[in-house]
Amino acid sequence: MQTHQYDVVIVGAGGAGMRAALEASGEARTAVISKLYPTRSHTGAAQGGMAAALANVEEDNWEWHTFDTVKGGDYLVDQDAAEILAKEAIDSVLDLEKMGLPFNRTPEGRIDQRRFGGHTREHGQAAVRRACYAADRTGHMILQTLYQNCVKQNVEFYNEFYVLDLLTDHDLTTEDLADGAEVNATGVVAYDLASGEIHVFQAKAIIFATGGAGKIFKTTSNAHTLTGDGMALAYRRGLPLEDMEFFQFHPTGLAGLGILLSEAARGEGGILRNSEGERFMERYAPTIKDLAPRDIVARSMANEVREGRGAGPNKDYVLLDLTHLEPAHIDAKLPDITEFARTYLGIEPYTEPVPVYPTAHYAMGGVPTNVAGEVLRDGHNVVKGLYAAGEVACVSVHGSNRLGTNSLLDINVFGKRAGRSAAAYAKTVAQHKELPENPTARVEAQLAEMRDRPEGERVADVRKALQETMDANAQVFRTGDSLNEALAEIRDLQKRYRNVSVQDKGKLFNTDLLEAIELGFLLDIAEVTVVAALNRKESRGGHYREDFPNRDDANYMLHTMAYRRPTSASDAADGHVAGYFDHVEDFGDYKVVLGSKPVTQTRYEPMERKY
Amino acid sequence: MTAVLENPATESPKPEVGAIPSFDVTLRIRRYNPESEHGEESIWDEFTVTAHGTDRVLDALHKIKWEQDGSLTFRRSCAHGVCGSDAMRINGRNRLACKTLLKDVNPDKPITVEPIKGLPVVKDLVVDMEPFFASYREIMPFLITSGNEPTRERLQSAEDRERFDDTTKCILCAACTSSCPVFWTDGQYFGPAAIVNAHRFIFDSRDEGATQRLEILNDKEGVWRCRTTFNCTEACPRGIEVTKAIQEVKRAMITRAF
Repeated sequence: MQTHQYDVVIVGAGGAGMRAALEASGEARTAVISKLYPTRSHTGAAQGGMAAALANVEEDNWEWHTFDTVKGGDYLVDQDAAEILAKEAIDSVLDLEKMGLPFNRTPEGRIDQRRFGGHTREHGQAAVRRACYAADRTGHMILQTLYQNCVKQNVEFYNEFYVLDLLTDHDLTTEDLADGAEVNATGVVAYDLASGEIHVFQAKAIIFATGGAGKIFKTTSNAHTLTGDGMALAYRRGLPLEDMEFFQFHPTGLAGLGILLSEAARGEGGILRNSEGERFMERYAPTIKDLAPRDIVARSMANEVREGRGAGPNKDYVLLDLTHLEPAHIDAKLPDITEFARTYLGIEPYTEPVPVYPTAHYAMGGVPTNVAGEVLRDGHNVVKGLYAAGEVACVSVHGSNRLGTNSLLDINVFGKRAGRSAAAYAKTVAQHKELPENPTARVEAQLAEMRDRPEGERVADVRKALQETMDANAQVFRTGDSLNEALAEIRDLQKRYRNVSVQDKGKLFNTDLLEAIELGFLLDIAEVTVVAALNRKESRGGHYREDFPNRDDANYMLHTMAYRRPTSASDAADGHVAGYFDHVEDFGDYKVVLGSKPVTQTRYEPMERKY
Repeated sequence: MTAVLENPATESPKPEVGAIPSFDVTLRIRRYNPESEHGEESIWDEFTVTAHGTDRVLDALHKIKWEQDGSLTFRRSCAHGVCGSDAMRINGRNRLACKTLLKDVNPDKPITVEPIKGLPVVKDLVVDMEPFFASYREIMPFLITSGNEPTRERLQSAEDRERFDDTTKCILCAACTSSCPVFWTDGQYFGPAAIVNAHRFIFDSRDEGATQRLEILNDKEGVWRCRTTFNCTEACPRGIEVTKAIQEVKRAMITRAF
């Protein structure tokens, strides 16, 4: 075991983690721990753009952007946070340009901008060009630029280190803490993949920037490594997860594969068609059609397929038509995604429409934070020294449905904020807080148990069953029955998980072992997603309940806050959870307690959402 | 949804593009695991799996790991050619496993899979990437400017932006560098990827660090080691004209006074 001491430790080296590192490392001794090499992070797969009301190509302002974000999130957005997002967007884009990001340019040499779903002028009048972009590889350029600047600033990285535990000075799963009681995060425990050694990182401030959890689904645009590690670690340590029922399904995944084809394809003029060649989005969103927000487009596509107007031999996808666009325009603006269609489906987008279907893409929910990036342990108390930013976090700027180009923005705005807050806080702390006794005990026991279990079920079989039930029962359309079926299966899979074994018993680069650990994270995240989805008996944004097809502001204009508590905790203690909804048992030694948190509204009254 | 290309309807007037039935494929994989009974010796291992129409080499590797031998070790993440984790030598050529369709590498014969060459092998298909990233860091891969920062963005014409577009596509997968015969015999050589990333800044109109970078690459382990074999261009999964970029850096060295 090795022990390290830093002022700030950042977990995750995607956009949010590296943006935070650029702020923190100049101010305080900082380390970034990542389970991948930084340039492998999934920020690099983002394509279309980053929203900011620069008004470089047409009239625009941050207030319109705020409104679009709030409406796009079906009013579950915290409006104070959305306002910060939209206002600070402008400097965030300019920061990146100054760091060297090669944005596409206008004829005047300014950063070019294009249209994207749900971004409008004058509160929904027409689509506006707000997305700053670099061809269809904006995320790649952001990731590269941030890494380049980390190299420039000599940021310290621990690559291929898996963080497997969060250390705090109170056990939040069992202690009933008073309002205002001080709780500190003191460090993290990590596993070095190359050597199999355990490292303890003691820190004054810790930032979680671990990304999403798309691998709970089978059809997903997410990387294999997006297994919800940070969310699950926080949840297991007794912290709440917010709004986990809201998962975004991106309309245009390559059919059967889930590989992302950017919304920029529609921003540049692409059209969705059903088997009859009809531009069906005209029926669902008459004003902005194919550029409606993703939840609406994804549902419309799924509905076309359900009603028998799907294309292909099995009528199970729709078509993304780019054939009316000039090949030169496609090559300049959409080179990567058209290459994906050629490589993976053998389709030539110049002349043939591309088969597409919704693909699990983005977790709107996550570890709750305030606008400074501080992590909440309930409705309003923070954990001192713990921060989160990016997809792992829920601020909440995305509410129940994120607009395209707002996540590259989120990682920059809130990554920067979290980095600054963490460094500023670390400077006020004279001494590192004491670590618990045996800080590595939990992780070592977990790893030893998994590695030493002589035989059992295969990790891949349990994972596959999980992903299949999530696709079948918790996707674009959900019902109480489908969600109950998913939950029953997850309970069963949690039992089976206790009996999985790995074949690789070695210390060196044991990815077999780590896949098994990651499956545990996936199961926990899928479980809380389904429990929260069952509890929310309404339809809002990315969460559509066919048995409750309307939005119900009277009962559900609230953020869900899900806590894991031991089964032994009394019902009365459950009731102490802020905004108590319900609790769900039958998971063996723990239960899920559902509380809530009010939505912050500033200037926009909830209205019916039409496009 | 169901996979669409596996079972094309027999009466479909036009068979779906890329539709081929399932087939068995054998992978012949170079294994190395110092913790195993073979110690420091690397061995060949063969596995046969059933694959489908659009399956990639990465899918076959996953099938082996998930269904037959969990100890088979390789890196991967995004699985669609943008993260750069899974460069490996497939049938003697450097490629990304996630971007190489099995049907395109003649699945009738065993497909050989080896780690990329010239970097120390850690385990099976995993190599130590540190020497590769060390070369990258040495060429100062970041924008260098002087003077006060503008309030708004720096202006750059669309033509100036286009000038270095090709080399911005690099994903640092090392397929080019580890395909280079000079790099195989001389691990000190910067290698194509580092030069590509230097090119990305040398030809960026906003950058003022070209002189420093050209000096670094004028080293005896710099661009002059390139023998223009074009292996790197052929290997690049992003279609970057790597050899051309290296030639442009050489030319800049001759024509720019420093």
